Amino acid sequence: MKWAWRVARALITSQYALMLEYRAEIILWALSGVLPLIMLGVWSGSGAATAAGISAQQLSRYFLAAFVVRQFTVVWLINVFEEDALQGRLSPFLLQPISPLWRYLTAHLSEQASRIPIVAVLLVLLGIAAPGLIWLPSAGAIFFGFIAIMAAFLLRFLLQLVLTTFCFWSEKAAAIDRLLMIPYMFLSGIVAPIDTFPPAVKRLAMATPFPWMIDFPARLIAGEPVNIALGFAAITAWCLLLLPICHLLWRAGLRRYSAMGA
Amino acid sequence: MKEIKRYWHSLCCFWSSSIAAEFEYPLNAWVELLSVLGNLAGSIFVLKLLFGNGVALGGWSWNGSLIVLGLYTILDGFTTCVLQPNLSRIVNHIQTGTLDYVLLKPIDSQFWLSTRTVSPWGLPGIIVGFCLICWALFKPSSSINYGLPSSGALLLAAALLIASLAILYSLWFVLAALSIWFIKVWNATEVLRYTLVAGRYPVSAYPPALRLIFTFVLPVAFLTTIPAEALLGKSSSIWAIAALGVAGICLTGSRLLWNYAQRFYTSASS
Repeated sequence: MKWAWRVARALITSQYALMLEYRAEIILWALSGVLPLIMLGVWSGSGAATAAGISAQQLSRYFLAAFVVRQFTVVWLINVFEEDALQGRLSPFLLQPISPLWRYLTAHLSEQASRIPIVAVLLVLLGIAAPGLIWLPSAGAIFFGFIAIMAAFLLRFLLQLVLTTFCFWSEKAAAIDRLLMIPYMFLSGIVAPIDTFPPAVKRLAMATPFPWMIDFPARLIAGEPVNIALGFAAITAWCLLLLPICHLLWRAGLRRYSAMGA
Repeated sequence: MKEIKRYWHSLCCFWSSSIAAEFEYPLNAWVELLSVLGNLAGSIFVLKLLFGNGVALGGWSWNGSLIVLGLYTILDGFTTCVLQPNLSRIVNHIQTGTLDYVLLKPIDSQFWLSTRTVSPWGLPGIIVGFCLICWALFKPSSSINYGLPSSGALLLAAALLIASLAILYSLWFVLAALSIWFIKVWNATEVLRYTLVAGRYPVSAYPPALRLIFTFVLPVAFLTTIPAEALLGKSSSIWAIAALGVAGICLTGSRLLWNYAQRFYTSASS
């Protein structure tokens, strides 16, 4: 236990220091997540949201919350891993007495931590530009919203990990991830609130893991009525489904790994 | 004249060799085709939601918005074809110092950097985009049937499409060239790709403040909305001239910036 704590601390502090080196890039990454704000612009101009029973205030809170959720659930594991595996950088990591996946996981967490000030500045700027937009969620919404974001991040991480293990078999696994981004984009609630979907499409979307990654945490933070227990149960169920798949694929993949370039 | 011939010959060599290389990965063709169709289906679905109660989007009809979406798809295909494979590599050249060799070549460095490779995988996007535009123009059941635009409108639209390609190229090139100063900014161009998504919808669909940004700061309006207006035969001459002017300014700006930036290039490892 003590050992785990020491390793975790060492990994997190070193990865955080590494991420601070990349702060200029992280600003750009944060900026590339403006899609929910662009969509807020389109939706507030169209009458479709009011027709679906969503008020202007609910709409802006939803998309603003979705913006924050998206910022802290970005996963880029596959892009880094593909390069590491192709160039043989993975080999020294594998010699360490700890799975390299922990290193990648802490890298993601550290990157999120280094995003906090950037997102805060963006929100303040947004508040200055459009004063009506910013609000303070209730303490409960912040608390559960934080946990929901972390859970959604874990689910997203595991989902991409399944594809990442394909890197052991193919040199172009990241291309397959681009395909997975499409249902994620359109079904997660980044571009449209799930409530505006036609009933059949909504049922279909809810059967996929995607709405739990953005829509659920975003509505929680925005203070919409949301079934918290169901949301967390769904995320847990999906994670429990993905974990053994990841484990098996990772084990099988490692056996194939031939340390290219090393 | 001889110069042009030389550049044309180089271009043919560049592109035939890179197409041959790209066909080493046939899987990519399927991934690209699927991703174009998936993205288009998703975009049309969202557009359908936005038009849910029959209210026009920022004064645009359903078919008009489809034309904007089609133009966006074409531009995205162009990005995959030419901009992404070439300009995202400038950063690598700077990081590893191979830009030295590019600058030494007896050919214009901006030309070499912008046209060295081509990826055929953007073609599905370009073709699908054109199909969508034709379908939106001729769809018989629509309440407003635009029909074939007059030859003048077609010519203007073609000119404006070329102008928007030039603007898009300049934006990408400027961002990529900035890496001479900010070497680590390796995916600055990705940011552009994500913010230009705004071009999927007519610019008048946005609130006034965003509309100003999308016209004067990040010229999204000139990329898709203004060529679409020309196709629908409702473009105003002021905006058409402005689009051509912006294209000219952007191209010259990218050229000047590149000439200026080279003075600050100090080669890697030195």
